[in-house]
Amino acid sequence: MGYPVTDSEVLIGRRNGLIGDSVIRPDGVEKVRGEFRFASDLPMEGALWGATLRSLHPHARIKRLDVTPAWAIPGVEAIITAEDVPGKSTYGLIFADQPVFASDVVRYVGEPIAAVAADHPETCRKALAAIVVEYELLEPLTDPERAVDGSHPPIHPDGNVIRHQRVLCGDSSATGPVVVEGSYEMGMQDQAFLGLEAALALPDPGGAGVELHVATQAMHEDLHQIAACLGLPEDKVRLVLAGVGGAFGGREDLSLQVHTCLLALRTGRPVRVHYGREESFLGHIHRHPATIWMRHHATSDGRIVKIEARFLLDGGAYASTSSAVLVNAVTHAQGPYVCHNAVVDGWSVRTNNPPCGAMRGFGVVQACFAHEGQMDKLAAACGLSPVEVRLRNAMRTGDRLITGQVIENVAPVERCIRETDALPLPDEPIGGYGDDPMRLPGGAGLTADRSHIRRGIGWGVAIKNMMYSEGFDDYSTARCVLEDGVATLKFATAEVGQGFVTIAQQIARTLLGVDEVRLDRIDTTIGSAGSTSASRQTWMSGGAVDMACRRVRERLFEHVGQLWATDPIRLVIEGDCVVDTVDPARRISVSDATSGVRLAETAEYHHPPTEPLDENGQGACHTAFAFVAHRAVVDVDPQLGLVKVVQIATAQDIGVALNPLSVIGQLEGGIAQGLGLAVMEEIVMQDGRIRNPSFTDYLLPTFLDMPAVLASLIEEPDPRAPLGAKGVGEPPCISVTPAIVAAIRDAIGKDLHRVPVRPQDICL
Amino acid sequence: MAVSVPTSLAEAVSLLSGAPDSVVLAGGTDLMVEANSGHRQIASVIAIDRVPELRTWGVDVVRRNLWIGSGVPYSTVMQPGIASLVPALAQASRTVGSPQIRHVGTIGGNLGTCSPAGDTLPVLAALDARVHLASVSGERSVGFDEFMVGVKRTSRRPDELITGVTIPILNGWQGYSKVGVRNAMVIATASSCLAVDTDGRSVRIGLGSVGPVIIRCGEAEQWISGRVDWSELSVSNADVDEFGLRCGAAARPIDDHRSTAAYRRRAVEVLAARQLRRAFPNG
Ligand SMILES: Cc1cc2nc3c(=O)[nH]c(=O)nc-3n(C[C@H](O)[C@H](O)[C@H](O)COP(=O)(O)OP(=O)(O)OC[C@H]3O[C@@H](n4cnc5c(N)ncnc54)[C@H](O)[C@@H]3O)c2cc1C
Repeated sequence: MGYPVTDSEVLIGRRNGLIGDSVIRPDGVEKVRGEFRFASDLPMEGALWGATLRSLHPHARIKRLDVTPAWAIPGVEAIITAEDVPGKSTYGLIFADQPVFASDVVRYVGEPIAAVAADHPETCRKALAAIVVEYELLEPLTDPERAVDGSHPPIHPDGNVIRHQRVLCGDSSATGPVVVEGSYEMGMQDQAFLGLEAALALPDPGGAGVELHVATQAMHEDLHQIAACLGLPEDKVRLVLAGVGGAFGGREDLSLQVHTCLLALRTGRPVRVHYGREESFLGHIHRHPATIWMRHHATSDGRIVKIEARFLLDGGAYASTSSAVLVNAVTHAQGPYVCHNAVVDGWSVRTNNPPCGAMRGFGVVQACFAHEGQMDKLAAACGLSPVEVRLRNAMRTGDRLITGQVIENVAPVERCIRETDALPLPDEPIGGYGDDPMRLPGGAGLTADRSHIRRGIGWGVAIKNMMYSEGFDDYSTARCVLEDGVATLKFATAEVGQGFVTIAQQIARTLLGVDEVRLDRIDTTIGSAGSTSASRQTWMSGGAVDMACRRVRERLFEHVGQLWATDPIRLVIEGDCVVDTVDPARRISVSDATSGVRLAETAEYHHPPTEPLDENGQGACHTAFAFVAHRAVVDVDPQLGLVKVVQIATAQDIGVALNPLSVIGQLEGGIAQGLGLAVMEEIVMQDGRIRNPSFTDYLLPTFLDMPAVLASLIEEPDPRAPLGAKGVGEPPCISVTPAIVAAIRDAIGKDLHRVPVRPQDICL
Repeated sequence: MAVSVPTSLAEAVSLLSGAPDSVVLAGGTDLMVEANSGHRQIASVIAIDRVPELRTWGVDVVRRNLWIGSGVPYSTVMQPGIASLVPALAQASRTVGSPQIRHVGTIGGNLGTCSPAGDTLPVLAALDARVHLASVSGERSVGFDEFMVGVKRTSRRPDELITGVTIPILNGWQGYSKVGVRNAMVIATASSCLAVDTDGRSVRIGLGSVGPVIIRCGEAEQWISGRVDWSELSVSNADVDEFGLRCGAAARPIDDHRSTAAYRRRAVEVLAARQLRRAFPNG
């Protein structure tokens, strides 16, 4: 049976799309016109619908689960529970501690208990309502401190502490004449990708295997976990990437994958599962809420002598990537500043709150909010400007981190700060010229007049690791085929909207002198590309595509060398031709040279190995680092607590701009997300329940909240990066949040230590 | 689910009176959200967007009244025709949702839902608007204060259609202000409409999102109406502040996931004071 699903996604490249060009993305126009096919748009006649029954309680024992009433509903084709999971009953990215379906105990509101497949979503809804679950309520653990102090009994066999990690460095008794201290708090942010979770599973005849079309950000990570739970060999499970509408970390963990496959295998029919917005809030992990305490010891001229810090991250009910997020938090506690002595302690713990895991910035967002608050306190204590205190402490290539790791990357921290500082401040008065109310805090609500508003300026600077850490070999694989003047690339790199498909084509065009670069379907019929996260795909999959294309180019030169009886070492690509450098008149177009010839190479790119951390947090655990600075200008209504972010200036260490337009897109998008965290985005929790699982009440910044962005791209090619380019995805959202908060503090002269900053935090 | 699409007011009224368990569908921007979330079971629907009588508005020069049909969308209210007569209503309409919502969402729907956060409601309250209702047994009109009786509760009978509102046209400043965490496209955490009637020498104020119904601050209104210097059209700074506090005292806000009671009270204090100063720029 042939399934008319995802077309083979052949995207034809365009001319002038070389490295360094601002190439328009192949999916851009379709997305703007609303024609892009997201995972929820896959055509499939006759597919059944699947839906998930979820826990209503943060912590409860399931006393009775009776699905029989649901079978009485016409149109119901399958009902599955924990008993129907043929393979491993749990999954997880680092520890497999999360059940596919809860069987004995539920540990968070929204935890899956059963799934149904039926002829219509409405039938599914009725079936779910008919399933009887009797709960015995247990005391929920919702205060993460109680997981640390051990005062709550374990809510999971693995215990309530997911990871405890110290970083001890230098002299723990070191101090200085200036000591500043602060406590910081961060609420739970959601990735809030616009394209909701969706998947379509197509069973092989006889249930021997399954093909899953899914919006994910980590094809092979999904594959390993799904196959284990299905009890199928990995070659019997095939993943195909369906159109992804954003990810930001929220698709790193499994959500509907196993359920959808199980329903398809059980019914022998194609099954689709789509989440709605509320279910999406329940169905994926979030950014860790954090409580952070920091104390900085410094010389009287503002140089850091020692940092002390304590991190507490609420990991929610299951481990997800909490242990890695914690390592990022504690190892980035110093920020992009030189520091020789440190006493850092961190916990990520289990509670009956929603599971938390990866989100853009991955632990560093939390650390940066705290260390940047500290830098401003330090500046004030030493009578320095926010810029000066940061410049005095800025780290450089060759500096040693508190983990003992030496920064081997390009580290232009000082340049990031200076170039940001050089960008012009807004020249318009508060409220702008003219009388557009949207230029004032409160906007269309007409709450304020110019005279009510105060302006403030604030700074944030960040260091962010890239790629995976602690000895993990997160390699990437790519294949390049050159035939008849056309290059075809194949990889399993999840395109989640970041634009890797554009970059891949640019690399191939540049290296191979071809115009047309086709992209094969993104699926698991090739080796892993790892996850589209950790700012890693341009470096990793870019590195793999680069390597595969270079090997094909070698083959091309050998081939032409044979034709011309010339040493291939003399040959280069110039424009669309192979040219003999010794006799430049001798040239042949790549398409002529490859007419009837097929040159194919597969490459695996591995980054340099990293080390695990020891119990004192020592070890060269990170692969590489990037740096960024942000300056925020905000207008605040101190009486009503409303904020309008007027301008963000930023300079980012990007290595090389492979596609400047794409870089700017990441910078602006990251700024929007960091702005959201600063002043509005929060999952409001109460007793383990999400109070605002909708876009009516989980507020995202819209176009109207977006400030002017001035950006300076710092291009110092990193010799350790395959293309000289660093990842640009995460840094933009990291230090913009503390910059905005600092600007609000500056405007109103009040200490703010929690994000998002709520109106009442400003005015009451 | 049965859907009827009447094309005249008489037809709409008789359909509803014949099947009072039907729901009326105007722009659908509240109703469809409820229907899709499964919060509301809908047996049959009467869609009123093709009823021309409900989509009209006009001025009664003799009574100095503005009539707005219940099916008039926000985008029309924002136009100069209505905006020049009741600017506060136009301002309130401008704050509703996004352009798409304002294009289909109606005043009648805002009244039908009658949420304390409904943006037109503080304006209708402050201006002493009357709500017009029709059924086969006849027409009646009620003051806004009698129409809204609780959180999303009205005195409309199930067989009655909201046909529109009449709003007195006043001489004097009026304005609507709304506080939300986002600068647009947000539900009010607190809102306020202040209107001055210079002929009647009175100041009125209606507060939204700070109680189960829209709150008219009768005591504060009377007090400030006596403090304004009506010949100079001025009011002192101290009185402006005091007015804000008195309005805040009249509010009955609660804590919920959108905000806190303390913030809401503060917000209406600030809004009331600022609006009064806008109404009387001279101190
Ligand atoms: C994204 C979004 C943003 C929004 N933002 C705002 C906002 O900022 N401010 C705000 O106030 N509201 C907002 N709303 C809510 C909504 O748009 C308004 O309440 C709007 O006025 C509803 O009008 P409607 O014509 O769409 O009503 P409908 O949804 O059609 O009806 C609403 C209710 O009124 C009843 N009804 C409608 N017309 C009549 C009638 N003539 N007679 C009797 N009953 C009737 C219906 O049966 C239903 O119960 C928003 C909604 C959405 C989806």
